[in-house]
Amino acid sequence: MVEPAVSRDTILEWLAEVPDPEIPVLTIVDLGIVRDVECDTGVVVSLAPTYSGCPATEVIESSVIAALEDRGIANVTVKRVLSPPWTTDWISDAGREKLRDYGIAPPERGASKRALLQGQRHIPCPRCESENTELISEFGSTACKASYRCTDCLEPFEYFKCI
Amino acid sequence: MRPEQTLTAYALRLGDSALILGQRMVELVAAYPELEEELANANFALDYIGQARLFYTYAGELEGAGRSEDDFAYFRPEHEFRNLLLVEQPNGHFGDTIVRQFLFDVYYLLVLEALTRCSDRRLAEIAARAEKELRYHLRHCSQWLLRLGDGTEESHQKVQQSLDELWRYTGEMFAADALDDAMRTLFDGPDLGAIAAEWHRDVAAVVDEATLSMPPEQHMASGGKKGVHTEHFGYLIAEMQNLPRTYPGATW
Repeated sequence: MVEPAVSRDTILEWLAEVPDPEIPVLTIVDLGIVRDVECDTGVVVSLAPTYSGCPATEVIESSVIAALEDRGIANVTVKRVLSPPWTTDWISDAGREKLRDYGIAPPERGASKRALLQGQRHIPCPRCESENTELISEFGSTACKASYRCTDCLEPFEYFKCI
Repeated sequence: MRPEQTLTAYALRLGDSALILGQRMVELVAAYPELEEELANANFALDYIGQARLFYTYAGELEGAGRSEDDFAYFRPEHEFRNLLLVEQPNGHFGDTIVRQFLFDVYYLLVLEALTRCSDRRLAEIAARAEKELRYHLRHCSQWLLRLGDGTEESHQKVQQSLDELWRYTGEMFAADALDDAMRTLFDGPDLGAIAAEWHRDVAAVVDEATLSMPPEQHMASGGKKGVHTEHFGYLIAEMQNLPRTYPGATW
């Protein structure tokens, strides 16, 4: 077996260009689901699934393989790691900023039981930053989002649920 | 039974209850009169089916006979499914659907919490993932139980009836059989006695707040854990398995 000619850091840089299929403004690195990259006799990328039933899981895995194959790396394996489980706390600061710019309110930090049980009452509007917002629906266009409305600027927006 | 066989059977049992409840909810996709509930139902169904996939994949790896998640879901006959009778009950009206999910979710969340502390790492990891999802589910159906119970006279009466009729399927959750005992002894699995007490306390708290009454003690139906199902089950898997059995190996 031949050692891959590229370093772990380079692979990570390439992975940082792979978008999340459901929220393409985020890359899979922003989302915090890339857990490890091992370069030995091939490249093994460890990914953490977000929700158990997230339909994007398989799409993400094939885009990782495709992104690396495009760069000439043939022997790519994707490993699913469940532990520690992904929570919204894994989303990076850069990722949170991108979400806000895109019009999605980022999840609050501290995916504790408390946050899950009580939800969050004051989600700032990603457009005008007002805290006068109201919940329209706990459920949104994807499993990970809820729908809100700002009562100041009157814009509806999505909130990335804290899990 | 070797320790791996215990784990395989246990993972399948967990996967079966999750899959069958998910399948019941799939029957309701595009049937809700309101978008929020439509999305809630579809999102939750997806969670249960996703959890079933994790349990089945693990069971297949443990078994080592090359069976995939699809083989377990689509190519096993009725008597090999070990889901609880509660989750295979028909959707009925909205009150029935909500009560069924509520009674199961309180139990399932307690089981998952216990499993996060079991000595099998993989099951503990799957449970840790699923537990977070279940909190959302439980919050949702508890809120509906409150609204229906403490709502109009009609909603109160209907949801009380749902509770009374589904109650008989709750006993088997806590009746530990050889597999539950083996899981507990070998892998520090859930203590169903302790879970029963917590379940009764949690259920009673919501039922009480919803101004409903706890159903009286009664004869409990059982059989799901042994593969003996109610008459509704055959129709459910007939629909679920029809396509892959008619066109084996079909892909999108």
